[in-house]
Amino acid sequence: MENPLPSSRAEPFPAGLRVLIVDDDPTWLKILEKMLRKCSYEVTTCSLATEALDILRERRDRFDIVISDVNMPDMDGFKLLEHVGLEMDLPVIMMSIDGETSRVMKGVQHGACDYLLKPVRMKELRNIWQHVYRKKMHELKEIETHIHEDFNILRNGYEDLEDRYLIGGTETNSVRKRKDVDCKEFGDQEINDASAVKKARVVWSVDLHQKFVNAVNQIGFDKVGPKKILDLMNVPGLTRENVASHLQKYRLYLSRIQKQNEGRTCGNMPSDLINNDNRGNFVLHSTTNIPEDSELTKCIVRTESFHSQEIAPSAQNGETKRIVPVQVVGSKKSLLSNAPCTQKVNSVPQLGVLLSFKGMMPSIKEKSYEPTTVKHKPLHDDTLRKQLMQYPKQEDCSMLTDHSCFSNLDQDHAPSFNPLSTLPPSVISSSCTDERYMKDLCEMKHFLTDYRSGHFSSIPPMTCMIDSVSLQVKHGIVNAEDIGAICKLEGSPSTKDYNFDEAYNQGCFPLTCEFSLKSEAELDSFPEDLHLCSVQKIGCLENMTFSGAGFLPYIDSTPTMNEVQTNWYRGSEGHGEYFDDLDYPPINESLSA
Amino acid sequence: MKKSLFDQGYLDEQFYQLEELQDEVSPNFVEEVVTLFFRDSTRLVTNIDQALEKRPQDFRKLDACMHQLKVSASSIGAAKMKNECTSFKEFCGKESLEGCIRSFQKLKKEHSTLRTKLENYFQLLRQVGPVEKAVRSGK
Repeated sequence: MENPLPSSRAEPFPAGLRVLIVDDDPTWLKILEKMLRKCSYEVTTCSLATEALDILRERRDRFDIVISDVNMPDMDGFKLLEHVGLEMDLPVIMMSIDGETSRVMKGVQHGACDYLLKPVRMKELRNIWQHVYRKKMHELKEIETHIHEDFNILRNGYEDLEDRYLIGGTETNSVRKRKDVDCKEFGDQEINDASAVKKARVVWSVDLHQKFVNAVNQIGFDKVGPKKILDLMNVPGLTRENVASHLQKYRLYLSRIQKQNEGRTCGNMPSDLINNDNRGNFVLHSTTNIPEDSELTKCIVRTESFHSQEIAPSAQNGETKRIVPVQVVGSKKSLLSNAPCTQKVNSVPQLGVLLSFKGMMPSIKEKSYEPTTVKHKPLHDDTLRKQLMQYPKQEDCSMLTDHSCFSNLDQDHAPSFNPLSTLPPSVISSSCTDERYMKDLCEMKHFLTDYRSGHFSSIPPMTCMIDSVSLQVKHGIVNAEDIGAICKLEGSPSTKDYNFDEAYNQGCFPLTCEFSLKSEAELDSFPEDLHLCSVQKIGCLENMTFSGAGFLPYIDSTPTMNEVQTNWYRGSEGHGEYFDDLDYPPINESLSA
Repeated sequence: MKKSLFDQGYLDEQFYQLEELQDEVSPNFVEEVVTLFFRDSTRLVTNIDQALEKRPQDFRKLDACMHQLKVSASSIGAAKMKNECTSFKEFCGKESLEGCIRSFQKLKKEHSTLRTKLENYFQLLRQVGPVEKAVRSGK
């Protein structure tokens, strides 16, 4: 039965707090239940850990806090603790008759917010509400921080971004390193998280974001929770907090996309953006205002505008749920796309624009970047979409080097999408921008990565991409120019195995972004389509900050998380324009041409 | 009578806690809990009996089983039982089968003793009836 939400209860908080107790000892279960009821809490009892997980999964909003015994026959209490934290992100209190320091420490390490010793006194139970409250406050603060940062980023504009990137990249690296070290050494994610929130913003590279998206899809959007995502992502150094805030953003992004989808007709999107191929893949059309300026470097794609880019979904067949401009949930993200580069995006197929979502992705996963780019295999949209970013590795992104084809993303979506062959939209994940950007990029990247079917190595913030893009442009790589987006970075290494980490650390993320920009029209919409070129160590990533557009949201009627994610990713890929794979073909023309 | 139980160390503070939980909503709370305890603990004791007879001895399993019993005992404040559980676990740690067996014998004795005493106690309470509260507070 559904417990009413606390807010709906007549009594003041903490009365009515919904508690789930898990204990294999029936006597204790009865006693604790009685104690909690006396505190005016709503209690649900459970004697098996597996049963408890089922209950929680079935209705994750049903409970405010979980109290669990450590020693249980079917599952170790610590394991349950981890699961709950990952999947549901609820505060968990451990209990045991054993009060040894090592045990208590283990509990804290696994994420318990408190550890009670049996026999438990009622006064101890009376105070458990503080953990619920504290958690909420912490989450709010995180969001605030992210939002604040995003705003800053937006306000500051290019220059700042650039500077920030330059500086931020280093900082981020060091911060991240520090964080990683901390994590490894102490294994205390909580601490890291806390500090991470303050300082090191993990950059959500495409790859990382892809992983994120994959994880979310796997878990199921409804049931998703930071800990679980973290667990599935299995990225060292990534903290739960990172994932939590990223998830938040992602959700916001999704809801925004949804709204946009509803509100806007497909027509809005520059259908041109999407090469109408219903490739269904995202079209990165991030409308962002990509300044077409010639400054290569940064095309800042505004994420917001990106949204509008949703493109083409309308243009496309509905099937491909196109990914709408990658708008990073924070819409704040400004994609920096080299407008100039992207300009060409005309035919850019759905290149996922890597949008650097600022602050979107805190964690950058370093995955080997797989330039699975665009293979636009007409992946079933659903798959892709659902996958969120499972990029189908577009192996055949023969087009442009193996850039991570964001289009891969589309691939799923766009069955027809087969641009990869033509233009592997290389997503560029370059973003060495500052963390914030990186974050965004990361997000984008994630999408991209996701798209790539996970091969996408997490590309560090796409922000860098911009640089690359610009580079490309400069160098006339522009194929993309024609195409609009495919930026191939010279020497872009096969990003496939690009380890972003390295790149990231170096501050330059070699992104090979090949954006296949969809048609210019698309490009318009997708400022991000910046040709994400893999900026190999160009160190230029700075510019690639894709504003939030990184994600190409799928403009589904009801964008599923997956879709959005993919889209998102695409957007983040900003570098490459995430175009739905669908659009690849068009790009092919241009690009391949 | 209750006082004697406490004095002799059969019960500890936890039992008082249980009594405090008893109210109009659950007027027989303590007795219910105690009944539940004995039902569960008997099962656990049987488990340990069976485990003790196995050869070769698996001390880790024995320890785990005893741990469960210990937790159970702590729920109603069965102090003497708890202590015996602790020494049993120590013997497990030393892998002394003989020590375990001896300890377990004592434990079973404590277990049945406590059961008898508590049964008498509750019977007394029932007899006292409405005066129960007064009686209890007096004890």
